[in-house]
Amino acid sequence: MSARLAIESTAARLAARLSRLAGTGGGTTIPGKLLWKLDPGAIDALAARLPRGAVVVSATNGKTTTTAMVAEILGPGTKLAWNRSGANLLSGVASALLATRDAQLGLLEVDEAALPEAAQRVRPRAVLLGNLFRDQLDRYGELEHVAEGWRQTVRGLPHSTTLVVNGDDPQVGSLAAARDGAIAYGLDDPRHARSVLQHAADSRYCIVCGHPYEFAAAYVGHLGDYRCPACGHARPQLQVVAREIELHGLESASFELVTPAGSVQIRLRLPGLYNVYNAVGAAALAQALGTGLEQIKDGLERFDPAFGRFERIASGDKSILILLIKNPAGANEVIRTLEDGGAPEVVLLALNDAIADGKDVSWIWDVDLEPLLATTELVIAAGDRAAELGLRCTYGGLDESRLELEPDLERALDRGLELTPPGGELVVLPTYTAMLALQRIVTERGLTRPYWEVKA
Amino acid sequence: MTSDVRIRVGHLYPDYLNIYADRGNIAVFERRALLRGHELAVESIGLGDELRPGAYDLLYIGGGQDREQALVAADLRTKSDAVHAAAADGAAVLAVCGGYQLLGRGYHDLRGFDLPGIGLFPHETVAGEQRMIGDVLLECELEPGERHTLAGFENHAGRTRLDSGAEPLGRVVAGFGNDGESGYEGCRVGRAIGTYLHGPLLPRNPWLADWLLSQALAHASGGDAVALETLPDALEARAHEVSARRARERGGRY
Repeated sequence: MSARLAIESTAARLAARLSRLAGTGGGTTIPGKLLWKLDPGAIDALAARLPRGAVVVSATNGKTTTTAMVAEILGPGTKLAWNRSGANLLSGVASALLATRDAQLGLLEVDEAALPEAAQRVRPRAVLLGNLFRDQLDRYGELEHVAEGWRQTVRGLPHSTTLVVNGDDPQVGSLAAARDGAIAYGLDDPRHARSVLQHAADSRYCIVCGHPYEFAAAYVGHLGDYRCPACGHARPQLQVVAREIELHGLESASFELVTPAGSVQIRLRLPGLYNVYNAVGAAALAQALGTGLEQIKDGLERFDPAFGRFERIASGDKSILILLIKNPAGANEVIRTLEDGGAPEVVLLALNDAIADGKDVSWIWDVDLEPLLATTELVIAAGDRAAELGLRCTYGGLDESRLELEPDLERALDRGLELTPPGGELVVLPTYTAMLALQRIVTERGLTRPYWEVKA
Repeated sequence: MTSDVRIRVGHLYPDYLNIYADRGNIAVFERRALLRGHELAVESIGLGDELRPGAYDLLYIGGGQDREQALVAADLRTKSDAVHAAAADGAAVLAVCGGYQLLGRGYHDLRGFDLPGIGLFPHETVAGEQRMIGDVLLECELEPGERHTLAGFENHAGRTRLDSGAEPLGRVVAGFGNDGESGYEGCRVGRAIGTYLHGPLLPRNPWLADWLLSQALAHASGGDAVALETLPDALEARAHEVSARRARERGGRY
């Protein structure tokens, strides 16, 4: 390491320790922010000294979970530089590279818009691209703008880099076409297809000619088996596939993982078709890194959900189930999974509008909330934009007598628990900063541990 | 007062122009009409569909991303006469964001790309370097002496310049507005309203939903527009208040 990098790294690590001592947070991005300010090129140097290189994971939905699955598959045998807290901008990447001194492999979750620069600096040996949905357009601009950044990224990757893409997403799957040796993954089980294309489906029109795609099966939003009847643009040949998928409500999901190296039965300890996508993506990436099928199976079956994105917390004789919602496509899948598990009696929805949530809250109108509103007995609307959520519910058909408004998250949580019958479960659907605030509340009550204390 | 009127809404290109909450605006029309005893019949008008003369009391066109907008622009030009005729006949129009641009004379970007519009609104739009994104608050006076505030969110690269003498929808209290300079937002031509305020514009601004409904009712029943009976709107008022505060705190900044 150069003397300059050594000094910068030490200073940045010290800042992280101070941040933790001050109790202001996990110190997850503070050292990276400092290093990023001091010397952006430090990321290049830190990544270059990883003996087994680095892999990068990006997607609108599921990147934190997918990355965590890859970490579980690789297991304790591989020392990782991994931004596990989900701090996925360049400062978070820098922090992860700093935090583990003798890391062998970089495992880096990267924000969709940050991907071009991150890939250029890190020069990853493999890149996993999961999906592109409309998300926080107030921050990212248009979806097409992000897609163009991804196309440029792929064009600029070294030949030695392995590209792994979700073939079921038209924008993402097409990135495999221009690249030899690219691996496409996806689902094949039309029993789980949606009967109609969801409102939140974005890539409905052929990316080549603009004609509407025909979907033999649409699984999650616009992810599925598509074909353009006009020009023939279609889903690429899949190399890594989930078949025979069985969803078991809010508990689990199982499927047959079919790969060039053979097939294996997987039982995930987390629910929903969207998590099957995450698992197949993680498996494809792990295989690209040379991991054997048995190790992939063991890792996926051991895997506990990423903190807070799907989390069950005991509170006396009741439990709290927290499911992060952040954009229409992701929220729709959360709601579909809730429906499969039986309608909850009380649901707490929490909408904030900080930068990390998206300042524009209009996306809640693109979420198919109606099935939940039709079956849930009571909805508590919380967060800074609670009233906006309340309107979404009442104009969506919820009678006002079944709605309570409580912007304060702690009071809303208490009210929700109060209304949840003994032995019952309070379902909480928060946006990102509302989720962090709720986690702080339950942590202060001793119900769970903060994420920076959870050991890999 | 008329009762049990069937209000016919023509929703242009819902499959293409649906970015953020356009269906929320329709849901607001539906419920607020129903609460006054009127039925709202919504019909989708897609690519290649005919816009039948006299068949609609309210036309709605939402926003899309550039890609979707380009896909519908050519089709919309084939419907230009029909849209102009409907507006001249007194049908109400609400055009949001991309739809607002397309209903002007055209959109020009920096690379020489031109997307001609249909000229219902007297304006032209030129792409800017930086997107204007943020919360917005307007002050409007659609009826003399009746002032209302309109709170929303804008996200557009286009700078829309109204012709001199054209009537804006409102004065910008906070936010960027049409072009970030003029201090005005949107455009009004008779019963036609165009605006950049996307997202759930109508839920937190029920007065505008009611104004448009009353115009549509007037068209349906052949009389003059009459103000609708008021509704409690307590939740709407709270949402409006938060949104307006956001605009004052953080609107109109790059």
